[in-house]
Amino acid sequence: MKALASVRQTFAGDIGTAIFSALGIAAIAWIIFLAIQSPTDLFQTLVIGVADGAIFALIALGYTMVYGIIELINFAHGDIFTLGAFLAIPVLGLFGITDTVPFTPAIAGILVATAVIVMILNGLINITIERIAYRPLRNAPRLAPLITAIGMSFCLEGAMFLWKGPFHVIFPDLLPNTQLSFGAYTIGVKDIFVIVAAVILVIFLSLFIARTKLGKAMRATAQDRQAAQLMGINIDRTIAATFFIGAALAGAGGIIYGLYFNTVAFDLGFSAGLVAFTAAVFGGIGNIQGAALGGLIIGIIRALNERYISGSWSDVVIFGILILVLVVRPTGLLGMRVPEK
Amino acid sequence: MISRARIRTWSRSPNALVYGLLLIGALLFPSISTFAVGNNTLVGLVADAGVWVLLAIGLNVVVGFAGLLDLGYAAFFAIGAYTYALFASEQLGASPIHHSFHLPFWLMLFVGMFVAAAFGAILGFPTLRLRGDYLAIVTLGFGEIVPRIFRNLNQWTGGINAIGGIDQPTLPICITGPWSFGNDLAIKTSAADCSFSTSDPTAYYILMLILIVACVILVSNLQKSRMGRAWMAVREDEVAASAMGVNTVNTKLLAFAIGAAFSGFGGAFYGAKLSLVSPDNFDFIVSITVLVMVVLGGMGNIPGVILGSLAIYFIEFKFLIDLPQNSVNIANAVGLGFLDPKNGDWPGLNDFVQRLNFLVLGLILVTMMLLRPEGILPSRVRREELRKGVSDEAVADVAAT
Repeated sequence: MKALASVRQTFAGDIGTAIFSALGIAAIAWIIFLAIQSPTDLFQTLVIGVADGAIFALIALGYTMVYGIIELINFAHGDIFTLGAFLAIPVLGLFGITDTVPFTPAIAGILVATAVIVMILNGLINITIERIAYRPLRNAPRLAPLITAIGMSFCLEGAMFLWKGPFHVIFPDLLPNTQLSFGAYTIGVKDIFVIVAAVILVIFLSLFIARTKLGKAMRATAQDRQAAQLMGINIDRTIAATFFIGAALAGAGGIIYGLYFNTVAFDLGFSAGLVAFTAAVFGGIGNIQGAALGGLIIGIIRALNERYISGSWSDVVIFGILILVLVVRPTGLLGMRVPEK
Repeated sequence: MISRARIRTWSRSPNALVYGLLLIGALLFPSISTFAVGNNTLVGLVADAGVWVLLAIGLNVVVGFAGLLDLGYAAFFAIGAYTYALFASEQLGASPIHHSFHLPFWLMLFVGMFVAAAFGAILGFPTLRLRGDYLAIVTLGFGEIVPRIFRNLNQWTGGINAIGGIDQPTLPICITGPWSFGNDLAIKTSAADCSFSTSDPTAYYILMLILIVACVILVSNLQKSRMGRAWMAVREDEVAASAMGVNTVNTKLLAFAIGAAFSGFGGAFYGAKLSLVSPDNFDFIVSITVLVMVVLGGMGNIPGVILGSLAIYFIEFKFLIDLPQNSVNIANAVGLGFLDPKNGDWPGLNDFVQRLNFLVLGLILVTMMLLRPEGILPSRVRREELRKGVSDEAVADVAAT
């Protein structure tokens, strides 16, 4: 067994890194090969991948923030994302939009207002969930909050199922469907919208975490909850704020998803949540930039796989990569080595 | 002679009481339920529940004893079920090797177990050095991959069409009587007369009962053995355990493989009982349900886990499924019958309650966890920990080497 242990050690060390880098290089080589074969095709695939990845990144941020601060895999988070899309439909209805309408500047204003309202609502719902289901169990055995998170996921799915029924729900198509073309390359306005919106949100979040007092409190709480408390940080409020921000971003992701795909379903968040969680781990859980990068990479891998290999294998590929990453580099792409507590 | 002190310890420990009640209940159940309902559908339902009990006992070894969080337990269940299904049906005849096998159930039960255990060891070997939560994620990934592979390999597994017509177990000799296999009291010696059948679940029920009793004896002996104490040591503090001379890697690997073995065992039984194995039966929700059974029942305590699995099985597969019809009956009985038909946006009471299923299950989970985070029947160690406020970091911080 000693020999096996040493095999494992080397596998986890330099050789593991070498294998990992070799695979990365092989992937890049493959992409270059595709680029030579048909650059426009590859470009189209990459655009789809980046747009998808941007949405995954927005969900992944919530996972990574919550995990970073209370080490809980928040299974309800994927459903919070779906809830964002579901809440947006009646809010848009308040502004008189119930069906597809052509894009005007007024629509842009309404969309921003809707996004703000939905983000706040979503955040408040998530704070309530945290208050009811997670806070009382903060000192309970580790698995207890995990089970309530699963329970909350069922509750949210159940509530949305009750509300809209088991079928796909139409989300109004409000963005222009025009394609901008640069020579042989075309890119949809929708794609640009998704990517720009996600980038803006991620930048805002990074600035918020890095510059504001609350952001600093979050970082302190994530590092050492007790020490942070001794420094006068209100732990409960900081954790609640984390849940609020995570849910707000997921809600924004939900709206963007709705605008991009124009259809949502009550159980959408379950699989999207799993993929987003993978993205968060891939980038290094607890790390904001890591989650964004992870989401992006997962989105691109999915798109490449769907275009060039086979759509039904994409989850196998993604989770296979996840296992590989965790085996050779458990801290993810951008994660730092966390000291064992 | 049983000493008085021994009797006193037995009567004080709720476990002995629970075991006793469960065994008596299990033995009396077939005759009582058949007598009360008039048919043996309930017996079949409980035989199905037995599969979940087996899964929960196995996962309890991984999560409860060794403190390793496994979120992809259904993968091993799928591996066990498919191992049996492939080698005991016509399926492989349609595959590229054009030859179907019909290996006997009694052999495949153990083959399924070993194949699942082998996969457990293969997955565990490179990953068990990970900290608790990362291990959970790796197992989650594995649990997502395996059913998808079975779904995508159409040529071999029939993909979403599932594998049907799986062989039923046969015995070389059996006694027929009013209880099963026929009505006349006689001793039969041909395999054709002594085959199990999906329409008569009593034989499956008895088999399941024997399997569960054997597994419970096995696991409780394991728990008391050197290995069981090593698991507990690793769960509580891996560094200290390692300093005391426990080979932590082997210990964890063994827990993982034994857990997987139970799952494979249950899977082979499940395939035979249902005579149908479909990739949809092994989704993430299966892993989660087994985990919920273990945690709700009382992690680390075998009778608690059995109770938990029976309770969750009853809620999920009987209570929630019968709820729509029952609520319609109740509404009619108390004069609220007007709620029943569809009316505009109102989907009708039956449909409405059916839509409530998810919500009810979620609320049950949350409330039970909030009221009793240690589970229905926790192990004594865990209860003491909770009472004294020692926060349990076992699953969280299994330190990396």
